[in-house]
Amino acid sequence: MSRNRVVTDIKQVTVRFSGDSGDGMQLSGTLFSTLSAIFGNEISTFPDFPAEIRAPQGSLHGVSGFQVRIGAKDVYNSGDKTDVLIAMNPSALKVNAQHLKNGSIVIYDVDSFKKRDLVKANINSDDPFTELNLNNIQQIAVPITSLTKASLEESGLENKDILRSKNMFALGLVCWLFNRPMEIADKLLEQKFARRPKLIEANIKALTDGYNYGENLQLTATTYKIDVVESGKGFYMDVNGNTATAYGLIAAAEKAGIQLFLGSYPITPATEILQELTNRKDFGVKALQMEDEIAGITSAIGASFAGCLAATSTSGPGLSLKSEALGLAVMAELPLVVIDVQRSGPSTGMPTKSEQTDLNQALYGRNGESPLVVIAATTPIDCFESAYEASKLALEHMTPVILLTDGYIANGSSAWKIPDMNDYPPIIPPYVQHNFKGEIEEWKPFLRDDNTLVRYWGIPGTADYMHRIGGLEKDRYTGVISSNPENHQYMVDTRKQKIENIANFIPEQNVLGDEDADTLIVGWGGTYGHLLETMLHLHDSGKKVALAQFKHISPLPKNTHELLKRYKKVIVAEQNSGQFAAYLNGKFQDLSNIRPFNRIEGQPFKVSELVEEFSKIMEEQ
Amino acid sequence: MSSIETKNIDVKDIKYQKYLAKDFKSPNPIRWCPGCGDYAILTCLQKALAELNVEPCNTAVVSGIGCSSRLPYYMNTYGFHSIHGRANAIATGVKVANPKLSVWVATGDGDSLAIGGNHFIHTIRRNVDLNILLFNNKIYGLTKGQYSPTSARGFVSKSSPYGTVEEPFRPAELTFGARGTFFGRALDVDMKNQVDTLVEAAKHKGTSVVEILQNCVIFNDGIHDKITDRTWKADNTLLLKHGEKMIFGKENDKGIVLDGWNLKAVTVGEDGYTMDDVLVHDCTTLDNTLHLKLALMDTADGLPVALGVIRSIEAPTYESDYEKQIADVQEKMPKKSFTDFLLSQPNIWEVK
Repeated sequence: MSRNRVVTDIKQVTVRFSGDSGDGMQLSGTLFSTLSAIFGNEISTFPDFPAEIRAPQGSLHGVSGFQVRIGAKDVYNSGDKTDVLIAMNPSALKVNAQHLKNGSIVIYDVDSFKKRDLVKANINSDDPFTELNLNNIQQIAVPITSLTKASLEESGLENKDILRSKNMFALGLVCWLFNRPMEIADKLLEQKFARRPKLIEANIKALTDGYNYGENLQLTATTYKIDVVESGKGFYMDVNGNTATAYGLIAAAEKAGIQLFLGSYPITPATEILQELTNRKDFGVKALQMEDEIAGITSAIGASFAGCLAATSTSGPGLSLKSEALGLAVMAELPLVVIDVQRSGPSTGMPTKSEQTDLNQALYGRNGESPLVVIAATTPIDCFESAYEASKLALEHMTPVILLTDGYIANGSSAWKIPDMNDYPPIIPPYVQHNFKGEIEEWKPFLRDDNTLVRYWGIPGTADYMHRIGGLEKDRYTGVISSNPENHQYMVDTRKQKIENIANFIPEQNVLGDEDADTLIVGWGGTYGHLLETMLHLHDSGKKVALAQFKHISPLPKNTHELLKRYKKVIVAEQNSGQFAAYLNGKFQDLSNIRPFNRIEGQPFKVSELVEEFSKIMEEQ
Repeated sequence: MSSIETKNIDVKDIKYQKYLAKDFKSPNPIRWCPGCGDYAILTCLQKALAELNVEPCNTAVVSGIGCSSRLPYYMNTYGFHSIHGRANAIATGVKVANPKLSVWVATGDGDSLAIGGNHFIHTIRRNVDLNILLFNNKIYGLTKGQYSPTSARGFVSKSSPYGTVEEPFRPAELTFGARGTFFGRALDVDMKNQVDTLVEAAKHKGTSVVEILQNCVIFNDGIHDKITDRTWKADNTLLLKHGEKMIFGKENDKGIVLDGWNLKAVTVGEDGYTMDDVLVHDCTTLDNTLHLKLALMDTADGLPVALGVIRSIEAPTYESDYEKQIADVQEKMPKKSFTDFLLSQPNIWEVK
């Protein structure tokens, strides 16, 4: 293939496609990630885009990026800094300048680096690289716009469609740079534009011409070769966290033999879950776009009352609106899965940026004593496992479960080995007619299983189990509304104990790293990839260190207290102001080893920064 | 096996099981104030359900918050007393989850027209097959006497000591604005018409709104007296019946006629009006202009308040169209196991 070029073998590389929000960078990035995964690399992606759909062309705030890290193995996150940047305009270069590694490659569209484009990026000189202090950078200037126009001159496409194919030309260049086989890319494009054959042809042409341009002109002395992963045999697909979440619900409904219902309202970055489920009528899924967030959750509560696996999907502001209804689900003791794809707050905050700032809201954001289950997914693929487990816990324990994911893992993707559902545990809801041992006439809606304290589920349409539930406190025996003081105390305690009992049904917290470590890094949810890599770096530098990434937050795994006590220092790293650290300190008041580490920038953790900061904390006396 | 050929009859197909109103009564003690209009509504609902012959176990009554919303506790059906304003959205979930259920919503002017206004209009717009009993007493009773969204301008209450400075909602207008397919009205004390209207509401496929003019004896006693008091009732109300002349009055000699674009109450035989001039009620016209006119008739304008089924049209219901979409998709794409579904996706690859 190559004539006399240098092919450099590397372990991992981080690539960022960056341009206007209308430049199609998300598509280029997604295709490159998927084809790399199919090629056999590990991948981790990070779509980083603005809230504006089409910001003014060429402007700094309109820059949309898609970052992917690919490697032979051990790709735990989407990477801190980029090795290769594709900059479709000067703003894209400027915004990403600080994230470029020393010596990295920048491929840029010279057609969009004219004076007026530079002005839009507030670049005053004619040389943006010098002005941005990008001294040790391999610049690859390619007239992407004019080459794309020339490439598709005879395609019969309209000018605007031709210009839209710039992203494919750029993708072709990157494919060349990384020795990617073009057949896979062609096939992906055929799938993507299956309904528009004319576009398939044009996109493949632009892509191929981009590839050949790189090949023929020997743009750089270096291209990269990344080994393929030795992954387990089986079928794989590229999946992002939101889709995996939707799939987890479908799989759980299938396992439980129950109708799946979603009540939702569009909100960034959770909307994709609603969209995926409205498209799954082949599974009979009932997914309703309701009139607001409150109707999203209340319709789900109604469906739960009527016997469905009911869920609602949202992000932070939506969870705020759902608070009162969540309390109703706690009081009525109905199964419900609430998915909060966390985003930056408060209020509207930064809708497309990721944070872990909803933990307190999930734990405490309701009136009254209102305990429920909170779990957090750790990776895009773990969203599947977590949605399945959330459904299982909700159905079997008759409780709302909040599943916390975040924008980073919801939009990020990695290769997923298609699961064999036979390997998953059964889901058996406590239907009254199968579980209540006494006479039918003796049954009342708040009689419970002695061990789990779970009440039995009587579903409308079932003969002989008519009953009334609601938001008012009920007598523990008769199920009739009651404001008896002793009964209320009993019911408050029982609802709490019911949730605490769930610790018997979740795994113990595991620890990765050195067994003789005296520092434990603690994280929860979507920061797993970054904290794992940080821990491994620290270990490689000779430090004794371990990592516990929490997935079960309420209740905590049974061994949590014993585990935390073992270490001299426990660094609790979160993308909030210390909510999990405070939660742990509140639960285990004898602990004095917790050191919070917090970043709330709307961006993923940076491993290099974590390594540096954690080292300092570890060295403190 | 018997050698005699018998036809297999599913017992469920036999309508032998006639329910009585008492079959819908729960043993729970009723906690409304003595003399409250809600007692009559509860009884009417139980009678209507018995007449409809639906099984108590296939009936779900959902409510929000307020005096009206205590109703599910007194029904021997499945019941859900929820949170303020959300009954219609919860009931939507119940009905879509299981379209076979007969789903009723007990709600009030505060619950559905103030805090739950959004759900009320969107439920109607979707035409989910729910039967909404809208108890309208023009007051907040459970919080002890504040004005409601249906209280008249200038109404003095605990939260409007100098009178309100806002216009009220008229439930019919809101229902029609949301493209409602069924609107009926009844008086709490008028059991016969109320039961009939509830039965019609249940038979109608789609969202049925029945405005029940209900008296709050404690905080707004007599608010509907002009139409409920026997002295004036016959002259101040018009019981609409589909296909029948709009005749009312103690002597049955008054009728509604068209006067330009407006409705006018006349006495047959006077001013040259004959029975031929009196309008015939058609609750099924798609155009709701006349229905709205009828529903907004007010004694203040010299017109009787319309009762009975004012509008009832056929239209697709949300849940049945949803089921149909699922059936259509499943016909084209036969249902697979989840794993098989993933394996059939175009974007998978195999590692050998």
